Amino acid sequence: MATETARAAETRTGHERRRLDEGIVRNLGLVAVLVILVIIGIITRPELYGDATWVRNNVLTILQQASAIGVVTVGMTFVIIGGGIDLSVGAIIALAAVWSTTVATQAFGAAGMIFTALVVGVGVGLVNGVLIAYGKLVPFIATLAMLVAARGLAAQISGKQTQISESSVINGIATTKILGIPLLVIMLGLVVAAGWVLLNRTTFGRRTVAVGGNPEAARLAGINVKRQTLLLYMLSGLCCGIAAIMLTSQATSAQAAMANLYELDAIAAAIIGGTLLSGGRGTIIGALFGVLVFSTITNLFAINNLSTEVQNMVKGGIIVAAVLVQQFRYQSLTQLFKR
Amino acid sequence: MTGPEETRPEGTCSPETDPEETRPEGTRSPETGPAEARSAETGLAETGLAETGSAEVRPAEVRPADGARPVEMGDDGQGDGDVVLRLRDVVKVFPGVRALDGVQLDVRAGEVHCLLGQNGAGKSTLIKVLAGVHHADAGEVTWLGEQFAPATPQAAMRAGIATIYQELDLVDDLSVAENAFLGHEPSLLGFTRRRVTASRTKEILARLGHAEISPRRMVRTLPAAAKQVVSMARALSHDARLIVMDEPSAVLAHDEVDNLFRIIRELTANGIAVIYISHRLDEIREIGDRVTVLKDGRTTAANLPARTTPTRDLVGRMTGRSIEYVFPPRSGEPGKDPLLVVENLTRHGEFAEVSLSVRPGEIVGVAGLVGSGRSELLETIFGARRAESGTVTVEGKAVRGVGAAVRAGMGMAPEERKSQALLLDEPIYKNMTLASFSRFAKVGFTDVSGERAAAERTAESLELRPKGDVNRPIRTLSGGNQQKVVVGRWLLGGTRLLLLDEPTRGVDVGARAELYQVIRGLAANGVGVLLVSSEVPEVLGLADRVLVMREGRLIHEAPAGEIDEDTVLNLVMAGSLLEGEPA
Repeated sequence: MATETARAAETRTGHERRRLDEGIVRNLGLVAVLVILVIIGIITRPELYGDATWVRNNVLTILQQASAIGVVTVGMTFVIIGGGIDLSVGAIIALAAVWSTTVATQAFGAAGMIFTALVVGVGVGLVNGVLIAYGKLVPFIATLAMLVAARGLAAQISGKQTQISESSVINGIATTKILGIPLLVIMLGLVVAAGWVLLNRTTFGRRTVAVGGNPEAARLAGINVKRQTLLLYMLSGLCCGIAAIMLTSQATSAQAAMANLYELDAIAAAIIGGTLLSGGRGTIIGALFGVLVFSTITNLFAINNLSTEVQNMVKGGIIVAAVLVQQFRYQSLTQLFKR
Repeated sequence: MTGPEETRPEGTCSPETDPEETRPEGTRSPETGPAEARSAETGLAETGLAETGSAEVRPAEVRPADGARPVEMGDDGQGDGDVVLRLRDVVKVFPGVRALDGVQLDVRAGEVHCLLGQNGAGKSTLIKVLAGVHHADAGEVTWLGEQFAPATPQAAMRAGIATIYQELDLVDDLSVAENAFLGHEPSLLGFTRRRVTASRTKEILARLGHAEISPRRMVRTLPAAAKQVVSMARALSHDARLIVMDEPSAVLAHDEVDNLFRIIRELTANGIAVIYISHRLDEIREIGDRVTVLKDGRTTAANLPARTTPTRDLVGRMTGRSIEYVFPPRSGEPGKDPLLVVENLTRHGEFAEVSLSVRPGEIVGVAGLVGSGRSELLETIFGARRAESGTVTVEGKAVRGVGAAVRAGMGMAPEERKSQALLLDEPIYKNMTLASFSRFAKVGFTDVSGERAAAERTAESLELRPKGDVNRPIRTLSGGNQQKVVVGRWLLGGTRLLLLDEPTRGVDVGARAELYQVIRGLAANGVGVLLVSSEVPEVLGLADRVLVMREGRLIHEAPAGEIDEDTVLNLVMAGSLLEGEPA
């Protein structure tokens, strides 16, 4: 009996170790890519990397650039794990930012602007979720329609003008540092931490995985699949609202064309972070690494004064390479368990 | 033929043994005579003992002892002109597991060779090796007298080995003809020749006795039985000389199985060999010529006569112990007041005016064919389908929708385990707590260690195997153990009323007996069980009360002790027999 329990405990730790290993292994490729990018940076601009202060500032710059897209990616990761996709995130950001910087809204001050951005984000997510969960629209189509519509509404509201943010509180977010760390980076950290806890430690996260992994099984186990789907799109909308505030602060303005193609960056970051596009599996940490890889590439091109065209080509290549590597590794992992 | 003979005369085999005893009546058609005659000189003839006519059948036994590689296939004295496929010591290793560990197999032209073994015995791996999906790591495969190692499924097809998988691999949105010739469409300069494809498909379908299926019809619109015919047409479109069928009867209703057997007999009469995998012994007795038994990736017995080998011997070689189909004794009296009451439940085209009740501690069995509306009925009671009229009440309270059903203490183990019940990538314990993790949670935060401990306890009470490791991904479990996890899910959730839809489908004999025990144990603890099965003995053996369903209506009700298998089968099939086979 005692040996039984001991053996059980032994195998359990064995499995836990394997799972941990798998987690590390899964992100190892992305860490390696990051290291390679840094090495390329060192080789191409050795004189910059000799300066410790510059290195420190550059790291913070990279993180700061990753902050808004990182927040969006957390929401996107949830939606994808839950078996959906949200193509409208860039448009939601634009709409939330434009709406919160209208003259009327700005009259309510910073709190009013933040409130508006968050409510608009969650509201648009709500519409997406209702269309998908209860209207039975395919997520791709519903959010594609929302992409077009929300950008249209943003252009309508702003009259295609750039709206300047007059709020010193909002504009100050991007310049504030706490203990030397930019507030934007801290916000990203908080969102990532909250996302990780939500996915791995709460019933909401468990339901998300269940709904994405096998919706029918989840439904027959008594899980309210429709409500969960709705909540996931609202969560994505909330992340977009937060990102809208961050971007508005960085630019001290908002316009209908902002956050262009954020949906693609967010999806790509989630996918190269190991999230399965068909749902049911994914990690927040992986997604964060995905975002960091992209923002490091951007930084690498900036410090070498290279064109964005080449940068986009490299990005495309990295997406393909990362997914290929992941697929290969997943196959060899599953072979272990297959009979 | 291969390598040194390690033949030891360990067992004797007499084909003369009591053929009447186990042969089902009138199941053999005369044209299979030659195959039958051949099967009589099963592999052991050359051990020199075949003619002794011992009354006891002790078939070729391969003892997987002490790493010795025992091969007791024997060679047929007639020379092996008839043997089209020969496997010797075939080994297939996946990381961490020897899926095949010394498989011996001889298949002759024109015979139905049955493969028997528990889930996980290596049957699926074996047929994938033959189909070119996997590649053997060691051992010899000889096909038509030549070394055979197909690099791809296409290569195996071209060589004349076609495989019909359990999950039919047809493309729903292509026509019958396009599916039959998928991958090798008749074409000219890259353009498909639709008319040629259609006419050749028509020929093949006629040969299969199904000329009524139009080659242009979309596969999506076909019933399951017809889809299987299309799969067979695809096999024949390759001029297959060996067709491997993996549990072909699993998706078929009773009368459709007869049609399948008719087709198989026609194929074998034309010299095509068939490897037939099934969990149903009665089918093997009816259609099979010889049986090879696998256990833990090894051949434990080869070339047993399919009709005369006693069940006890076959099962004993699959399990290493003799398990009978034992239903545990009934214990405890059902409660008095009904737990579940269903009144006049109707869904058009599925079932009509169904009324039934289940008391605490009572097992109510519904017998009915596939398509009789039984699965739909169960899903409607559970709230997964919306009833058009009628009511479902649990302890007097009306229940609508899955959420309400679960809260009222209902649980369901659906028919399609993988697609309807399991999160295949997730560990056992998360699957087990899928319906109850919120109850473990504190203010929305999951209690993983609590869940794991509870899952461990439940796994132990269900004798889940392998033991003690609830972190294992559930996809690594056998079908029977996966089913136990699904049942365990509802046990953990404190379910008082369990709906079971085909609980032992695709479950091997040993695990079946254990599941029966679990179900009986639940009832003894006061859980009401509503069970649906197409296997009549299962319903009769397990249930306290039997309901017979046909064409969407409950047509008969009787205590299990007062009704026998023949009566139920007659009731169940009366309609379909009168009207001929449904399209």
